[in-house]
Order: sequence, then structure tokens, then C-alpha cells
Amino acid sequence: MYLNQFLLLSAVLFAIGVYGVLARRNGVLVLMSIELILNAVNINLVAFAAFRESIPGEVFALFVIAVAAAEVGVGLAMILLLYRNRRNIDLTEIDLMKG
Amino acid sequence: MNVYAEMTGLDPLTSGEVVVAQNIAFGLIAIIMIFSALRMVTTRNVVHAALYLVIVLAGAAAIFILLGAEFVGVTQVLVYIGAIVVLFLFGIMLTRGAFGGINLEEKAEQRKMSILVAGLLAVVTGGALINTFSDAEIARSSPSTTATVGDSIFSQFIIPFEAVSVLLLAALIGAIVVARKD
Amino acid sequence: MTEFFIIAESASQSGIPLGITSGGSWLLRNAWIIPLLPALSFLGILFFGKRMPKKGAELGITAVGAAFVLAVLTGIAWFDHRDNYHGEEAHLAVAASEHHAEEGHSDHEKEHDEHSDYDHGHGHSSLAVSNTVTWFQTNGVDLSVGVLVDGLSVMMLFVVTLISLLVHIYSTDYVGGDRRYTHYFAFLSLFSASMLTLVISENTLQLLVAWELVGVCSFALIGHWWEEKPNSDAALKAFLTNRVGDMGLLVGVTILFFSVGSVLPDTFGSFSIAVTNTVANNGLLSHTALLVAAACLMAAVMSKSGQFFLHTWLPDAMAGPTPVSALIHAATMVVAGVFMIARLYGVFFEGLSIGGSSINLMALVGGITTLVGASLAFVQRDIKKVLAYSTISQLGYMVLALGVGAWTAAVFHLFTHAFFKACLFLGSGSVAHAVHSFDMKSDMGGMRKAMPHTYRTFIIGSIALAGLPPLAGFWSKDEILAGTGGWGLFGGTGGNGAYTLMLVMGMITAALTAAYMTRCVYLTFFGEFRGHGDLHESGPRIVVPLWILAGFAVIAGLFNLPKGFQLVPDSFQERFGHYVEPVAGYFPTIAHATPSWSLAIVSTLIVLGGVTAAWWYYFVKVEAASKAAGKSLTELPNGPTTVYPLAKLIHNLLDKKYYLDHLYTGIIAGGTKGPLARVAYRFNQQVIDGTVDRVGETAVKSGQFVYDKIDQLVVDGAVNTSGRLSSEAGGELRKVQSGKVQSYAAILFAAATVLAGILIVIV
Repeated sequence: MYLNQFLLLSAVLFAIGVYGVLARRNGVLVLMSIELILNAVNINLVAFAAFRESIPGEVFALFVIAVAAAEVGVGLAMILLLYRNRRNIDLTEIDLMKG
Repeated sequence: MNVYAEMTGLDPLTSGEVVVAQNIAFGLIAIIMIFSALRMVTTRNVVHAALYLVIVLAGAAAIFILLGAEFVGVTQVLVYIGAIVVLFLFGIMLTRGAFGGINLEEKAEQRKMSILVAGLLAVVTGGALINTFSDAEIARSSPSTTATVGDSIFSQFIIPFEAVSVLLLAALIGAIVVARKD
Repeated sequence: MTEFFIIAESASQSGIPLGITSGGSWLLRNAWIIPLLPALSFLGILFFGKRMPKKGAELGITAVGAAFVLAVLTGIAWFDHRDNYHGEEAHLAVAASEHHAEEGHSDHEKEHDEHSDYDHGHGHSSLAVSNTVTWFQTNGVDLSVGVLVDGLSVMMLFVVTLISLLVHIYSTDYVGGDRRYTHYFAFLSLFSASMLTLVISENTLQLLVAWELVGVCSFALIGHWWEEKPNSDAALKAFLTNRVGDMGLLVGVTILFFSVGSVLPDTFGSFSIAVTNTVANNGLLSHTALLVAAACLMAAVMSKSGQFFLHTWLPDAMAGPTPVSALIHAATMVVAGVFMIARLYGVFFEGLSIGGSSINLMALVGGITTLVGASLAFVQRDIKKVLAYSTISQLGYMVLALGVGAWTAAVFHLFTHAFFKACLFLGSGSVAHAVHSFDMKSDMGGMRKAMPHTYRTFIIGSIALAGLPPLAGFWSKDEILAGTGGWGLFGGTGGNGAYTLMLVMGMITAALTAAYMTRCVYLTFFGEFRGHGDLHESGPRIVVPLWILAGFAVIAGLFNLPKGFQLVPDSFQERFGHYVEPVAGYFPTIAHATPSWSLAIVSTLIVLGGVTAAWWYYFVKVEAASKAAGKSLTELPNGPTTVYPLAKLIHNLLDKKYYLDHLYTGIIAGGTKGPLARVAYRFNQQVIDGTVDRVGETAVKSGQFVYDKIDQLVVDGAVNTSGRLSSEAGGELRKVQSGKVQSYAAILFAAATVLAGILIVIV
């Protein structure tokens, strides 16, 4: 197995995730796309851990999973708050910061 | 693996046959993952998107196991598929009133911009990777054990580990504070 | 942490004796059972308390009672151990080059056979019993938990369990019928468990954990009636003030951990108290490190033990139920700070250079505290606040004593103070129980007839606190005064230095203490009753603990009769010092002051002077004025505060508690909040807006420049084109500021990608 096949898979997933973050209008879907990005990063970490036959990469992948769980919790809470206040989770409608 | 190695006299994980099997497995998983990921970011049904996410996450878990990181793979299944996706489904359920479960059509302009940026990103990272790691091979002799991962977490990474636990607590409290009705 | 430093005595010539042993009787090695009992009862009450016939109180009382019995047995085992144990001593292996082989008093180990010598410091060493297990290991460092049992721990175990038991019994009456009765007992158990863990802690980390637990429990108990805003405010104040000091503890412990590690081979740190003290005593640590560590730990003491200027939480903590106040002030919580100094005395002794000087941080803090507390106790209307400030003052006494090197005197004062202060607090609770108020001026007076038992025990406690012979307070206070070494006139010197200032502070406090207690007794028990309702003596569950404590307040002083006190045989002198003060490697070599008859007589006269002054004012003049006015007065209508402006000024200053609370909330907190907000605002206005404005201005100016200098020279058309172009560019760029998160994200990703691409191409 080449290292690159994993890295390229990760890069493709990352790009797809970025597309999702940028294009989707539903807040929940944007959060899901962020999870996709984090997973792409995890594949990278684990691939390098296997490549170097070392543990820290795997440990960091575990940390990323833990942080992702925290991020989803807070992110969904924010979207719920948004929904409760505006009855709408369309991110393109949220432009109070418009210059 | 060990039994197989003894029977065939082949070094596990690096022998030719195993590598072929691994490559086939990788190809399948990668195709499924990329397809599901694409569907996830394009489907208009939010619940379907969540289910496609499950497939991508399961694929990632399979990749981890393929790479010999068994503990990470199992954790991926437990935490991501077991907990996070359920959380997403709750989120979808609670915000269903917004679009009746069907996502809005993306604006054409926004989509064009996103495709441009994502494509650019893929090209740049892909190019860089192909340039840098063209002949690096993964030749792992044995999968990492949970014991070594645990040792590493509780010795070398004890401080980050504690920090993560504090972070989780903070996120827990933060989520409650943000989302509660008052 | 045990493994790497314990070397059998015979095997090692190069090690430093630690003064601890892993042997000893079963009771001493397993002292951890004592805190475990109330800890279990906490869980039991929490989960099953509501379903029990007495709502969980019986479980708490049983557990603490059992702990008390065990503590007594442990004490007896310790007496035997102190005199007769000749087991193997643990030695500390230090890096060979750094071992200065200093000859401390630790070479007295050779004198095992002459153990009947009462003169501690020359008697055979007292080996503390240490028993540890590894809690967890990380990266080569073993973190252990365990017990370090020596005289100090045994004494504290006894005091804490006894007071806690009496408070438990008292509480069944006092808070009976409360809506959170079960919850209250659960926290009382946890409180005791935390404090018991603290006093047997083997290492500073364990001490820190117990220390924080004590803080949490005090928060829960002070805020027991949290529905009322002042109570929850008081709980928060106690907790937050303590947090300030806890930072000091954390930093101090960390400094000690690493600096001890620097002299030990094969490890980079040690939390062990015995090791830390031993290393400090042997001069292996740099003085600067010790000084900084001691100063940090002092901050912790100042908050926990209510030392000036972090004492402000302590009077407010009176918002909690009275038995809790008794527990906090007598046995747990506030004495934790004093205990911590006593425990890590090697660090403080070396760090603050206590021996042979005449002033240091600790003695000064203690001295100021004792004066501030005693003076503030004068102007309180609330009987509990009088006692609270009295506690602050007495804690100041203990810290002062530790600061001047009179270790045994300080610990002995802690011991005696626990009994009479608990007695006074529970007595005030008994009074308050009858009149449903703590206000001495409006709701009390003349209670001696209705509440004879409370009255008598309160009087005993007051005399003990004032320090009149032969009650407990006299002996311990006098030892502290002698220990300052400042009484050089008529013999009786020989302390660790000449702390004359501390002696004077102590003397003044003694007079003040006597006077304010006289005032308190008059306002509560004499004159005519000023409240309403019918008075009655409290029930047996309140009176019996009062009498037990009063009994101890009478006799506790006899446990440490001074050496050279000719009225009793030698074998009764300094028993407390003999059994409690360690003679071991982990304890510094301190000098002992010789007691002095002249000092004792002078201090007694001073106390009597204080009593007489207050007696003359209240019992004679106020009483006469009351008769003349026909109602019970609490002060003279034309007293000094109304006549002399200076007295008025002082009274005002005391009434406002030296304006410390104003200083903290108004000036420090407000002063930080306001400017910070202003700076942030200014940053926003000037830097951010300024940048934007400046950019605009520059654009305008350059436009002007272009117009002035170039327009005159170049064709109008070209100028118009450029103007239109810049306007269009601005219009286009304005769209970027869309307020849409995703377009910002797109720009971010695109920019990052482009930059990464450039980087890759270049590199």
C-alpha cells in the first residue's frame, strides 16, 4: 500500500467537505460537512502513524474524535438556538454583519 | 493474521497476497466513501445526508483498521456512528420545521463559487501530495495494540488528555447554556 | 513514590534520615480508615438517607462516632509508638554530589536507648508512620496516596472527630425539621471526611485535593439556606476568596515538586511531604525557591485560615447554620491553613528564615491579623460575628506563633482553641435557638436565668478564650508569648529569635480579647431581656455537647504544662509537646523558649486589665445607666464614641471593617473592570476604527495629491477614468462584506489554498 492513496483519499474528502461547508444552506448540513473535514484529517493522521509505525498519530486522531464530539454538541446547540429565535436555519439568511 | 502467517509462512501485512487484498479493499472503500461523501453534500433530503454521513464514517473506520489502527477504528464507530450521528439526527428532527426536512436548493452563484474553491483545494493538495510522497510505502509489520495506545495517552499525552477532558466539560456546559430555554 | 528513596538503614550510609518508617502498629498504618468512614457515610446518606427513620442523621453519627473511637485508639497506639518503637527508618538517597552531609539533629537516631528523656530535641526521634500506595504512574513519576501519621496528625484526628461528632449530635436538634436535613448531614460527613483526609495526607498533592474538597463542602454548608440572597452571596464569597489562595497553594506545591526533584536522583519531582521537608531542612534547596514557595503557600494560608487581608469571607460565612460555623471555626476548614504550615514546617522555617531573625512575613501576617480581628470583634452586634472575628484573631495568634518558631505552642493553641471556640459557637447557637436571632443588642440580654447551662458553659469558654489561668487558653497563649523570645527582661528567652514586636502584638490582643468577650457576655447574658418570646433552655442534644466541650476547655491546658512548672512532677510536663512535636528528619531543628513566671504573671494582669475595663464600662456604668433609663441599654447614651471625635472615628473605621470590603469590591474589582472596559472601548474606537478612518483619509489625501499634482498635468479623461475605476473597485469590494458566513469562509479557504500553492511552488 502506498501512503499516497490514503492521503489522496483524504484530500478528496477534505475538498468535498469544504464544498459542503461553502455550498449548503442548512446549518445542520454544514456541521456534517465539518465532520467530513475532520475525518479527512483523521485519515491523514492515522496514515502517517502507520507510515512511521508510531503511536502519536493515532493518539491525536483520538483527540480529534473527542474534540469533534464537543464541537458537534456546541454547534448543534447554537443551531437550535438559531432555530428557536428565527424559525430558520438557513445560513444565507444570517447576514446581520453585512457591511 | 498470525494464524494465517504461520500457515502460509508469509509475513503478515507485507506479503504480496495480503497487499493485493488490502489494495482491493482500499479501492472499494475509497470509491464508496467518495460517492457517499458527494451524495451527502448534494442530496436535498437532510435525513439521507445523515445516512450518507454514516457510510462515510464507517468507511473511515474501515480505513483505520486497514491501516492497523484498530483502537481508533473502534472508537470511530462508537463515538461517531454511535453518538455523533444520533446527535445529528436529533438536530435534524428538532429543526425540521425549517424546511420540512428538504434542504433548500443551493443558489447557483454560491454553488459555482464553492465548486471553484473546493476544486482549487483538491488540485493544490493533490498536486503537492503526488509531488512529495510519490513512492512512500506503508509497510507495517503489526497492528498497534490498544495497550500501546493507552500507554501513550496516559504517559506522554497525559496533559493533552486532561485538557481534552476539561474541553469536553466546557462544551457540555456551554451546550446546555446555549440551548436551554430561559 | 515510596520505592525510589527508601533504603534500609543498614544498607545506606549516604542517605539522609527521613524520620519516617513503614512499620508501626496496624492502627497507625491504616489510619486511612478514619476518613473513609465519614466518606462512606456521605454516600450512604446521599443515596439512602431520605428513606431512613432519622433521615440519615443516624448514619452520619455512627460513622463519625466510629471514626472518633478509632482516632482515640490511634492516639493510644501513637503514645506507645512514640516511646517504644525502634523500627527501621527510611532514608532518602540524594544525588551524591549534592549531599552536604549536614549534621542536623537527625544524628540522634543513635540514641535509641535513652527514650525516657522528656526534653524533646534530645530524646529519641519520633518516627512518623508512612504507608502509601501508588495512585497512578505517568511518565516515570509515581503519584502515591497514603497516610503520614505522626503526633500532629493523631492530634488533629482526635480533635476533628470529636468536634465533628459533637456537632453532628447538636445538629440533630438545631437543624431538626429543616427541609434539606438529609442533604445537610451528607455534607457534614463529607466535610469531616475531607478534613480527616487532609490531616493524614502523605503528600502535597493529596493535601491539595483534600484542601479543595474542604472548600467545596464549606461552600455547600455556608450556603445551606441559599434561598436567601445574603447566604448564597456569603457562600460564593467564601469560595471565591479561597480560590485566590488556592492558586497560591497550587503554585507553591508545583514549585516544591520540581525543586525537590532537582536534588533527587532518577526523578524530576516529588510531592512527598516528608521528603520535601527533609530536603529543605538539610539545606539542599536554594533559598530563593523555598522563599517563593513559602510565600505562595502563605497566600493559601491567608485565604483558608482567614488571615489579614483575605479574612473578609470568614465573618460572612456566619450565614451558615451555627453548628457548621462551629465545625468550620474549631476543627475543620480554617485550621487547615495552620495545619498546612505546621505540616510543611521545614519549608517555611527555611524559606522565611524563621530561626534567628526578629521579623518575617508569617509572623507579621499573624500579628496584624490577630490585632485586626480582635479590634473588629468589639463593634459587632451579631454574637456569631463577635466569635468569627475572635476566630480570625486566634488564628492570627497561631500563625504568629508558627512565624516566630513556637511550633508546639501554635499547635497546642490550635488544640485548645478548638474546644473553647466550638463551645462558644455552639453556645451562641443555643442562645439563638431560643430567641431566633443573633443580634445581641436588640434580641438578647439577661439570658443567664433562663438558660443556666448555656450560660455556664459560655462563661467557661469565654474565660478560656480570654486566657485566665488555669483554663485551656491561658496555657497555650502563654506558651506563644514565651515562644516569641521577646521577653528578655526577666529570663524566659531562648526562642528562635527576638520577636519583640510580636510579643507586644500578642499582649495587646490578649487585653482586647478579654475585653470583647466581657462585652459579649454582658450583652448576651446580663442586663434585662430585650427580645420577645419565652426563653427556655435548649434540649439535651444541645446541652450535653456544650458541657463536654466546656470540660475540655477547662482541662485541655493541663496536657502541656510548661517545663519547669514546679507544682507537678516532671512526668506531667510538656506531655503534648513530647507526643506531638516531631523529632525527626522531616522536622526542622527549632529552639524552644523557656517558660517564664514573670511573663505569665504580666500577661495574666494584662488580661485582667482588659476584663476590668470592659467590666467597669458594661457591668457598672451601662448597668447604672440602664437602671436610670428604666430599660436595658447596650451602651452608654453619652459614651466615648459620642463625646470624643477620635473615638467616633475609630468606631466608624471598625464598623466599616477597615473598609476592606469597599477596597475589594469598589476599588479593586471596580477599578479593574472599568479601565479594562475603557481600554477595550478605546482600542475599538481608536485602533480599529482609526485604521479604517486612516485608510479612508489616506485615500482621500492621495486622491487630493493626485488631483493637485497630476490632474493639472494630465488630461481630464484619464483622471475621470481612474476615478471611475476606483469607485467601481470600491463598489465591488463592498460586496465582499456581505455578512454571509459562507462567503467569508470561501474567501478564507481560497486565500489559504492560493497561499499554500505559492508556498509549494516556491519550496
